[in-house]
Amino acid sequence: MGLKILTEHINVPGINTLETYRKMGGYRSVEKAVKTMTSEEVVEEVKKSGLRGRGGAGFPTGLKWSFLAKPEGKPRYLVCNADESEPGTFKDRVLMEKIPHALIEGMITSSYALGARTSYIYIRGELMFVLRILEKAIAECYAAGLLGENILGSGYSLDLHVHPGGGAYICGEETALLESLEGKRGNPRNKPPFPAVWGLYGCPTVVNNVESIASVPWIINNTGDEYAKIGVGRSTGTKLISASGHINNPGVYEIELGLPVEEFLFSDEYCGGIWKGRKFKAIVAGGSSVPILPGELFLKTAEGTPRLMTYESLSEGGFVSGTMLGSGGFIVMDDTTCIVRNTWNFSRFYHHESCGQCSPCREGTGWMEKILHRLEHGHGNMHDIDLLVNVSKQIEGNTICPLGDAAAWPVASAVRHFRDEFEWHVKHPEKATAPGAVYSGAEDLAFA
Amino acid sequence: MEQTTTQNEVQFSDAAMAEIRRYISHYPADRKKSAILPILHIAQAEFGGWVSPEVQDKVAEILDIQPIEVYEVATFYTMFNLKPVGKHVLEVCRTGPCMLRGADHLIEHLESRLGCHVGENSADGLFTLKTVECLAACGMGPMLQIREKYYENLDPQKMDQLLDDLSKE
Amino acid sequence: MAKITFDGIEVEVEDGTTILNAARKIGGKVVPPAMCYYTPLKGSGGKCRVCLVKVTQGSAKDPRPMPKLVASCVTPVQDGMVVENTLSPQVLEARKGVVEMLLINHPLDCPVCDQAGECDLQNLSYEHGTSGTRYEEERRTFDRQDIGPLIQLHMNRCILCYRCVYTADQITDKRVHGVLGRGDAAEIGTYIENVIDNDFSGNVIDVCPVGALTDKTFRFKNRVWFTKPVDAHRDCPKCSGKVVLWNRGSDVLRVTARKNEYGEVVEFICNECRFEKKEMSDWIIDGPRHIARASVISANHYELPVVNPQIIADLPESTTKELHLIPRPI
Repeated sequence: MGLKILTEHINVPGINTLETYRKMGGYRSVEKAVKTMTSEEVVEEVKKSGLRGRGGAGFPTGLKWSFLAKPEGKPRYLVCNADESEPGTFKDRVLMEKIPHALIEGMITSSYALGARTSYIYIRGELMFVLRILEKAIAECYAAGLLGENILGSGYSLDLHVHPGGGAYICGEETALLESLEGKRGNPRNKPPFPAVWGLYGCPTVVNNVESIASVPWIINNTGDEYAKIGVGRSTGTKLISASGHINNPGVYEIELGLPVEEFLFSDEYCGGIWKGRKFKAIVAGGSSVPILPGELFLKTAEGTPRLMTYESLSEGGFVSGTMLGSGGFIVMDDTTCIVRNTWNFSRFYHHESCGQCSPCREGTGWMEKILHRLEHGHGNMHDIDLLVNVSKQIEGNTICPLGDAAAWPVASAVRHFRDEFEWHVKHPEKATAPGAVYSGAEDLAFA
Repeated sequence: MEQTTTQNEVQFSDAAMAEIRRYISHYPADRKKSAILPILHIAQAEFGGWVSPEVQDKVAEILDIQPIEVYEVATFYTMFNLKPVGKHVLEVCRTGPCMLRGADHLIEHLESRLGCHVGENSADGLFTLKTVECLAACGMGPMLQIREKYYENLDPQKMDQLLDDLSKE
Repeated sequence: MAKITFDGIEVEVEDGTTILNAARKIGGKVVPPAMCYYTPLKGSGGKCRVCLVKVTQGSAKDPRPMPKLVASCVTPVQDGMVVENTLSPQVLEARKGVVEMLLINHPLDCPVCDQAGECDLQNLSYEHGTSGTRYEEERRTFDRQDIGPLIQLHMNRCILCYRCVYTADQITDKRVHGVLGRGDAAEIGTYIENVIDNDFSGNVIDVCPVGALTDKTFRFKNRVWFTKPVDAHRDCPKCSGKVVLWNRGSDVLRVTARKNEYGEVVEFICNECRFEKKEMSDWIIDGPRHIARASVISANHYELPVVNPQIIADLPESTTKELHLIPRPI
């Protein structure tokens, strides 16, 4: 069993209540921070920890905090991004649902570090039942003097509110989230200026993922140096992995970064291997936005080095033969999976979720979905496969926000690694579109 | 308490108004518009599961903004129903991870059982069948949402049981 | 002040100026096109992506290049910045891609579109587009929406630049239209049937880069290249009264605001001037409107007399420039 920082007490009965949470050592970081540390010292510990943003981009959290502008006379805000909507990712939801105080403790300690007097948790509107759990936990904190005026007699005051979204993946992008929090359509902003200078209501703002914020209490309790000892190299600490798809034990697992991917996928402690005794075909390892990899390239790099669960190891080989850890959403596919259908499904998702503000994404995501729909249903031609890649290139890098890249990468990588399966759909549409049809390799392509 | 809307007369219950005021208090006094999404959720629950233009106008009035500002927001976010819905809105996840675990079969099953297509209401008006994108329940798929509740690890048998239970409500 | 190098040309501008406006200070062929940015409208820009440029050096202090192409209309300059537009094949390729995206769902109804001849999208596709299409799918269409007796809305032609929304927000007192829906289903509309009507609502026509918002009082009256634009003014209590009249003979077919060389309205005009003053006697004529020589409008109207090159050479430069005279063989 690896070290558990976030989920150690997840199965303790009553851990969702303040009483039990405190009994298990909760809110010590608030006590320590507001009573014995300056806000700069808290920031410094988080910097030392090497903690990287757990929402997908992997940007160092402490560094992000240090960019926060501190002009006189303007409030500063901390906003927690709990708009977890990336297909394959459901870790934040499980954490908030089971241990709401883990996030709230992190919010108080982090708000203190940033000098915020009002902070918000922006949670996706579909998770209304989790919002109610959080609001109940927040009410407990107000009653116990952990929120509100003069927290624990320290002189520091903080208000914390939960804000529901309305159903829009794009609001996971931090500036779209801020627009949405201001009561507008979730259209991402042009950057610069970044939220650290011009964020919520035009004030300096930090937006952090749930898991990042929930990791802060342990860092403050045990020091950043201790946290940095967990993991490998620049991938420090533990990470929540959401495991879904064709595996025996889907669920959320906390792992120490550096765990061999093979162990994670096949050991009974974690995913428990591929279901129904089938073979491992492919995986999307960081939430739907990252490039898909064939099983063999996921387990070992192109050079044959076994991969580890770290930001660096998973991205080894770049986009040619690697992928990204992203938000840690593992979508595993067995050998009965149709890659074309899966790619079409993802493409439909991005088409549905594009905000429509900038032209390459608004028009391009729909175009890609239509081409993939055609290919999947046996109406495509060879030329469509190249067109698809070409359209994805016209979107990638040319949009206001990263949704364009997120829509382009799964498509480009699917064609890169599984081109023969796309060609099979063109050459033998009657076979490829038959119910339950599975592409089984080059022989199919030649003689089917 | 549920209320119905009549032309030109939209009145929130006292409990709903209290909840609305609580949300408005979360934002700076000159940033009332921030409360628009929470209020639209309250309105949808209050007025039969959808937000009519009259309800949206009422939201604009509460927030001191132009009605178009509410329309722009309500039509952007997919959780708000802009047309009348059945008593139970079934929102089935159709995205990749759920699809891998059989969401397509579940949707087909629902269509044949309810006798309607995705996006439509069942003949008895009891159910509205919708498909939605990822609901952050990928490890528990296939799944669906009804109001604030998630129903996870579903198969056609469990689905039938659930529909039977809901029909009796 | 910040000094930047744009397509190899040095230019000095105020701090905080956008890359696009720095390029406009240079002028000519190097200026990136812009379909959504509009100087008079605060907050506009960044959406259409046709003005993408490559920043090969971020600033003198931090010379690293920017990792992605940036929208020049919303990216401020830094001292020592080096930017490539027409010199960068990557930029030209990306722009071609964006133009294609803008066109895939745009109807091919130029022959019946009132905007034809003065359409930014036509010009853009002429300069940066390709002659064929790779889009085999059915084009997106929207239900027709009536927004009143003065303004015609053709949503199918809209490229979602948001200019009309900013205009209604910033120069009229009560906005009734906006962007509804999401993604490629997003549309300009009033949601419930409503008339866009207030003293300055007609300006949404002038800011629209395509034929999505056109003048209903001019609808199908004439092709713009058959009309003759003249500058005129009147004493108006509501606006500057400085307009362009688009005439056929002595009939005033259309009234618009005056625009600069980038198609931006110089002074917004009121609906009375635009829609109600359609007699020559309503106006004091200032003189012919100067239209860019490349425009189809001037191609038809200011056909140059055949002039002896020697005569042109003898005229003062200011006169030849003013009259756009160029020597032609006799």
